[in-house]
Amino acid sequence: MKTIITSQGKETHSLFDTRFGRAEWFCLYDENTGETRFVENKNRDSNHGAGTRAAEQIVELKAEKVISGDFGPRAKELLDQFNIQMVILQGEGKSISEIIQMIK
Amino acid sequence: MSHQHSADICKHVLNISRIDFDFCFENILIIFVQVLQIMPRRKRRRRIVAPPGFKGYRPYGHMQGRMDHVELLFEEYEAIKLADYDGMNHQEASALMGVSRPTFARIYESARRKIARALVETREIRSASGNAWMDSSWFLCQDCHSRFTMPSTLLDKYCPLCKSENIQTINTSL
Repeated sequence: MKTIITSQGKETHSLFDTRFGRAEWFCLYDENTGETRFVENKNRDSNHGAGTRAAEQIVELKAEKVISGDFGPRAKELLDQFNIQMVILQGEGKSISEIIQMIK
Repeated sequence: MSHQHSADICKHVLNISRIDFDFCFENILIIFVQVLQIMPRRKRRRRIVAPPGFKGYRPYGHMQGRMDHVELLFEEYEAIKLADYDGMNHQEASALMGVSRPTFARIYESARRKIARALVETREIRSASGNAWMDSSWFLCQDCHSRFTMPSTLLDKYCPLCKSENIQTINTSL
């Protein structure tokens, strides 16, 4: 099962990004293999609809769970449709590796 | 002579029937208005994404004694969030909340008035559930305080972060 964690950087010690659509990077964590992969959020600077495009990107990456600080209403609607679990974490200042430790 | 007479009768009959008709119509109208006055229009429930993360706000450092509070409804909080925090226009926001644009504008206006009143009159703001419903159920983990959704494809009901089974729906926690 794959999990996406929104991240500010592309290393496991980078900080968790509380924004969803405008997160810098998406950390793709595979629970079965324990591997992490970082995918750039291409639409982080778009003027409009960053959340929906990010949600589309997550659907394409075939993740089943997304961990972020907040989800916009449209992104939420889209993720709901694809049965992707959303987790809202008040984890400002946490690093990606800390969050991975939590879900392990 | 008989022709004139029959025309008179005809006119007479027609006149009476028109008065009768007017009378009937007036009565129906009065009954209709009365029903409207007894039964207000049904309020469509307003869709919200998530309830506010607070139970209230209290002013501090003011000199007056305890003042009455202002009740900010969930849908009013949502209107402020969509319009002023997420920067949506009223058309988009109203579509999200499942109400018409004028209704959204009314909710938004009411929210702003309440907040302004609370600030100026140093009143406490309390959040109240109002007439809102959540578009999908959010759960709260009692152990790690994260919030999450439960897609119908998931069978096990536990917290996706800390695997705790001590979870509850947000709808009842507020």
